[in-house]
Amino acid sequence: MIKFFLMVNKQGQTRLSRYYEHVEINKRTMLEAEVIKNCLSRSKDECSFIEYKDFKLVYRQYAALFIVVGIDQTENEMAVYELIHNFVEVLDKYFSRVVSETLNLL
Amino acid sequence: GVVPISNLIRTIRTARTQAEEREMIQKECAAIRSSFREEDNTYRCRNVAKLLYMHMLGYPAHFGQLECLKLIASQKFTDKRIGYLGAMLLLDERQDVHLLMTNCIKNDLNHSTQYVQGLALCTLGCMGSSEMCRDLAGEVEKLLKTSNSYLRKKAALCAVHVIRKVPELMEMFLPATKNLLNEKNHGVLHTSVVLLTEMCERSPDMLAHFRKLVPQLVRILKNLIMSGYSPEHDVSGISDPFLQVRILRLLRILGRNDDDSSEAMNDILAQVATNTETSKNVGNAILYETVLTIMDIKSESGLRVLAINILGRFLLNNDKNIRYVALTSLLKTVQTDHNAVQRHRSTIVDCLKDLDVSIKRRAMELSFALVNGNNVRGMMKELLYFLDSCEPEFKADCASGIFLAAEKYAPSKRWHIDTIMRVLTTAGSYVRDDAVPNLIQLITNSVEMHAYTVQRLYKAILGDYSQQPLVQVASWCIGEYGDLLVSGQCEEEEPIQVTEDEVLDILESVLISNMSASVTRGYALTAIMKLSTRFTCTVNRIKKVVSIYGSSIDVELQQRAVEYNALFKKYDHMRPALLERMPVMEKVTTNGPAEIVQTNGETETAVLETKPPPSGLQPANQVTETDPGYAGFLFPTGIPSITAYNKNGLKIDFTFERSNTNPSVTVITIQASNSTELDMTDFVFQAAVPKTFQLQLLSPSSSVIPAFNSGTITQVIKVLNPQKVSDSKKNC
Repeated sequence: MIKFFLMVNKQGQTRLSRYYEHVEINKRTMLEAEVIKNCLSRSKDECSFIEYKDFKLVYRQYAALFIVVGIDQTENEMAVYELIHNFVEVLDKYFSRVVSETLNLL
Repeated sequence: GVVPISNLIRTIRTARTQAEEREMIQKECAAIRSSFREEDNTYRCRNVAKLLYMHMLGYPAHFGQLECLKLIASQKFTDKRIGYLGAMLLLDERQDVHLLMTNCIKNDLNHSTQYVQGLALCTLGCMGSSEMCRDLAGEVEKLLKTSNSYLRKKAALCAVHVIRKVPELMEMFLPATKNLLNEKNHGVLHTSVVLLTEMCERSPDMLAHFRKLVPQLVRILKNLIMSGYSPEHDVSGISDPFLQVRILRLLRILGRNDDDSSEAMNDILAQVATNTETSKNVGNAILYETVLTIMDIKSESGLRVLAINILGRFLLNNDKNIRYVALTSLLKTVQTDHNAVQRHRSTIVDCLKDLDVSIKRRAMELSFALVNGNNVRGMMKELLYFLDSCEPEFKADCASGIFLAAEKYAPSKRWHIDTIMRVLTTAGSYVRDDAVPNLIQLITNSVEMHAYTVQRLYKAILGDYSQQPLVQVASWCIGEYGDLLVSGQCEEEEPIQVTEDEVLDILESVLISNMSASVTRGYALTAIMKLSTRFTCTVNRIKKVVSIYGSSIDVELQQRAVEYNALFKKYDHMRPALLERMPVMEKVTTNGPAEIVQTNGETETAVLETKPPPSGLQPANQVTETDPGYAGFLFPTGIPSITAYNKNGLKIDFTFERSNTNPSVTVITIQASNSTELDMTDFVFQAAVPKTFQLQLLSPSSSVIPAFNSGTITQVIKVLNPQKVSDSKKNC
């Protein structure tokens, strides 16, 4: 199950957030800060899946923006990784110029 | 007028600090609040949109909840759209107002415009409470049967939510599922598979019922694989990989524990496994799901081996994501398909050198699972190298794993000791506390390796005595086998030349060092004490050390030192026996930390109490059970009387008789006399016998032994030896 879907930039500013299970609003900001910290500390040699508390984070970086999806044990990490890109391509279709520039899409 | 949301976002982005942003938000919230108060219909939608954006940034927006309800009730689609979105973000069953939505949703589920119906279905399926779901389930079920695929797919997902909230309603959706899979529309297919999955996971009856869908699912999957390019569904050359993954997961649930279903899906699984393009992530995502399904159902062995080989190939892939999922999956299957996984052992071991922390951890766990009697030498080499170079967070687990594996599969005692040494010197400070007693027991029981072990341990701490577990084990060994160390008896390697003083130097350094933990100091002090019976030239030095620590601030050390001092002074005759070599220990449990039957090389000192005399009378001595001077006092009948004890004026004589009634019982009569000038008061005689014997002490004649041998205390002791054969029987 997908628990949350985030778009956070490198400075830790949330650009998009969607929670599929109730999380207190003040806990959200904490979670988003921690999640981006985890993603920023990863090197190029490390995989796109991070174990975080009782979630797994699947993340993809597009220019200065991180898209991070929190999942539980029942999900296929690689399918979710693919889903993120699918989402980006949908955004690109609808908001073409803005998205291409922001996310550095080819 | 009221600014549109795009303006707001642009403004907020100009804020340079968190405080500045907060100020902007507060200003805008105030404006929105007054606009709400004015009941402004025109801009309500715009204001709620801004509120939702601010909520997303982490600011409270509860005052907008009612406004969302008003928007939902509006006739304009643009209003409804924001209203329903707001409801999904701000409302749930925690707020009572949410129930006010129910009627609106009901109406909108029957709206003439499908997009409005869609909004209602989405919202209900997202935040609907149990009450709402109960009220509206019928509407959802109706829409599940519609031919409009846009609505049908949303109805299916809404039904999933309804079932989660009110499981009893599951039955009602059963008829509608009948021809869900006949759809061509992928959206409907996808959400239908999700609905079927939810029902099968919740109800064994449903699961049994839906097994008949396996052939149809197999067919759909086959079409997806075989069909040509479909622009609508293509993702990097694969047709609707998301649907494929869903179907594979449902097949997994249906095939689990069911031979027929498993057989029906065997071919398609093999086909997907062999034909899927592996150059991109998409293909690998499908392969991964396929492997999970193969391993979970009752597949034939050929298929299982195929799956594990796929995982093995994944391990060699450049893509770290794939390596990660491969290791995770192999870890799940290593118990059931051990031999197949063994074939990939070298690849798995290579992953120990990966740069990714999660991959390394899995590779380590998997490596330990694969160690057996045949590969233990090679595997240990790799794991010891890993222990050397890995991050600190791994070292404790790795060390424990190595100890366990070494214990199970050590090819020789020497190898075992060497391996332990290597771990202690490499990761000595990360070794868990429970490892120390285990290692001590292991060393004690490897009798022929004592000299070698103590020599190696001595050399190890000579340079560095900061790693506590290492120092503890080393101290204990030196205390036990110090005599072997100085006499240069080592056979396994070149014996070192070391003097008694040098050994004491290192132990004293441990005592003094502020790197040493209190426990470690205890080990060192006891070791020094033990050496008093093993060393010949340095006993005075040992006495001195022990007496110094009698005034240590550390209470534990102080107590030990005081007791050891007592051993030197009053009870010197008992010292050799008390500090004897430890015998081989029995293990109480075999898994995990073993409980040692005896204490860790610290012999219980006999507690010899002397009671202070009430008024100047000489205190009596209590003879206790553990007094080694009295061990083994039972002689067969016919032995003459003996003087069992004669010291400090106290004399005790034993006379022996055989019991008339029971030949196994020996009756000992003790007589205690006192040649000192003062009476001995509070005299108590105690005795101990081996376990198989039984002992009975009858009451003594008195507890005072008068001075100047003017009287005696008599006491009878009966000892039963059940194994004793009577004389008459012996001669048969």
